[in-house]
Amino acid sequence: MKEALHVEWTKLRTVAGTAWLLAAVVLLTVALGVAASAVVSCSGLGCGQDPAKISLTGIAFGQAVVAVLAVLAVGGEYSTGMIRVTFAAIPRRSTVLAAKALVVSGLVSVAGAAAVLVSVLAGRIILPGNGFTEAHGHATLSLADGPVLRAAVGSVLYLVLVGLLALGVATAVRDAAAAIGVVLGLLYLFPIVAAVVSDPDWFKRLQRISPMTAGLAVQATTGVGSLPVSPWAGLGVLGLWAAGALVVGGSLLRWRDA
Amino acid sequence: MTMTTYRSEAPPARDGFGQLLRAEWTKFRTVRGWVIGLVAAALVIVLIGLFGAAASNFSCAGPEGRSCAASTPPVGPDGEPVNDRFYLAHQSLSGDGSITARLTSLTTVSSSDNQKTEPEPWTKAGIIIKESTTPGSAYAALAVTGGHGVRMQHNYTGDIAGTVSTKPSWLRLTRSGDTITGHESTDGTDWHLVGTVSLPGLPSTVRAGLFAASPHHEVITESFVSTSATSYPTLATAEFDRIDLQGTWPDTGWTGDSIGDRAGGGPGGGAEPPVGFDETGDGVTVSGAGNIAPIVAGRGGLGKTIESSLVGAFAGLIAVIVVAATFMTSEYRRGLIRTSLAASPRRGRVLAAKAVVIGAVTFVTGLAAAVIAVPLVGAVERDKGHFMFPVPTATEVRVVVGTAALLAVAAVFSLAVGTVLRRSAGAVTVVIVAIVLPYILAIASVLPSGPSDWLLRVTPAAAFAVQQSVPEYAQVTASYAPADGYFPLTPLAGFAVLCGYTALALGVATFVLRRRDA
Repeated sequence: MKEALHVEWTKLRTVAGTAWLLAAVVLLTVALGVAASAVVSCSGLGCGQDPAKISLTGIAFGQAVVAVLAVLAVGGEYSTGMIRVTFAAIPRRSTVLAAKALVVSGLVSVAGAAAVLVSVLAGRIILPGNGFTEAHGHATLSLADGPVLRAAVGSVLYLVLVGLLALGVATAVRDAAAAIGVVLGLLYLFPIVAAVVSDPDWFKRLQRISPMTAGLAVQATTGVGSLPVSPWAGLGVLGLWAAGALVVGGSLLRWRDA
Repeated sequence: MTMTTYRSEAPPARDGFGQLLRAEWTKFRTVRGWVIGLVAAALVIVLIGLFGAAASNFSCAGPEGRSCAASTPPVGPDGEPVNDRFYLAHQSLSGDGSITARLTSLTTVSSSDNQKTEPEPWTKAGIIIKESTTPGSAYAALAVTGGHGVRMQHNYTGDIAGTVSTKPSWLRLTRSGDTITGHESTDGTDWHLVGTVSLPGLPSTVRAGLFAASPHHEVITESFVSTSATSYPTLATAEFDRIDLQGTWPDTGWTGDSIGDRAGGGPGGGAEPPVGFDETGDGVTVSGAGNIAPIVAGRGGLGKTIESSLVGAFAGLIAVIVVAATFMTSEYRRGLIRTSLAASPRRGRVLAAKAVVIGAVTFVTGLAAAVIAVPLVGAVERDKGHFMFPVPTATEVRVVVGTAALLAVAAVFSLAVGTVLRRSAGAVTVVIVAIVLPYILAIASVLPSGPSDWLLRVTPAAAFAVQQSVPEYAQVTASYAPADGYFPLTPLAGFAVLCGYTALALGVATFVLRRRDA
């Protein structure tokens, strides 16, 4: 396993795109978060906005880049035929997948932590100027605050889980384009379909099983009681999606010829 | 002895654009994954539409077990669902004639605290000529509004602005055949024409009189979790005097009717305000609540628009983007691009042929899916008791063809980005994020409506405006946000934004295809 890790780390480290993609995760997440923090304002007491969630809006953007990174970690090997060399060197395929998952998780959590920290810091600086003040019932964003810390740590975990979901899907689909289509479809389509569903039960159900909506519940710091799914349970829903994708991908990897 | 140069007997090969198209079409149809991808796109468009309809339900029970009247709203003369609730003091008018009245005051009381409030912008009181007292019947009204001066409105959607905004305001409606003319005046002697409207098929005997209506006060709170709207009824009271009736008015006095009244509570379940009328000397005081206006489509409404049956287009779009991007990137991956460019060294034409083929194939697929989805999903929605907002055939055609065109242009966009990036994963992500993410951010109530509108103006997501089938009504206060299905750009302008991005991407793609080694 240690060797497999070393192999995967070397591969991912030396592929030209990885550094750019990691930089893009940080940059795009922070950019959208800053933009959202700059345009949302709180006009009075109980304005119904969630400052932690606003400053972390960029996760919706950054997750797409995380998905690309994870998909390419597998899809790239299939498109170049490298995968056969990999399996010749390490015949235990589950070991290869586990090593890839660990390396991708590690890289994503580093980039994600950087992105989240900068986003929260930007929110801390920008939001008080938009009316998110003590007078309007919003304390300054601070990681010492329990729910805000949960939102920040949860957002990093969210990105890691999206990466694992993408890795599993890419292993199952084996084609980078199709895999990224499936992953982004899973993430982005649920909120759109939920918007046209007018049955409140179905609406709630869709929100509960949607990997993006449920997963991002971990960012909520206000109105936690009215969420369709509690913060950690929501992240658990995404975890189930990721685990399911990895199990399906891993099984197919064992049964199929490379 | 003469030497003859050898000439091949074979006819000269042609390298016209037709041959290129044929080559690209052959490539497309012989790759199983692409054909499957497009079939899957068509399937998800229909299936997700059906799911959206099947998962839409409403349970609407009125108080004390009465059925909920809101589920079947009255229908106006043009077939559109309408609100037609107001208080009317009326008499019958036979044949041609006119009614004149002076409105001296218009006040509003909020039912939440019974305090006098500012009139709602579209609180209305004035004179009206109406086919009958049945909700949804044809009418023409001349009214003083809370915030928009004198207005002449007819048949729910017609709205003509007058000039008078001071009180007292003199109002006059004159009937002549099917034509109703409205005049306004500040002093009762100097009359100005507001408008002339035609009510085709108006019976010879109509109801005419004085009315008052005041819509609910809407408070819309936007937050991350959801957008909630709370509203409470308001009651308008208008005082009229100097009433002058010309023509044949067989009744001897005024009759009061609460038009469109549903016994026992409004939509909010709150108590109805005390409506009614009162004759005082030569004047009449009318108190009414409600509104005379088209019902506006939006979140949480019971009505369904035709674009709601095309929500699957988002899923279809993702499939189409994947197919279109790989239509180019797989040439690079397999090295086929070198063969393609050897066969047709003019590289711009190769790209053009690919764009035409993928665009045409996607358009046909999208059109087939939309043509199936719209009636099918509509039938399920009607079956579940929703009413459909009727749209003119031209609008319906625009929505269906526009959806197919949106998919086709997005495919060409994806092809161009694929040519520039030469990597499928990157190209697919760029295009999906560019088109779908702004739409999600705009509808998810993440951002306030101003920035949401801007997202749908400047990003390729603007193209979804082509699906908007219901117009905004200036004379109805409602939430016209992207989440309600209202786009900031007109359908064509929104579509042009996507076309602009696509043209730009194609330009860059042609440039780099020529400059780079394959």
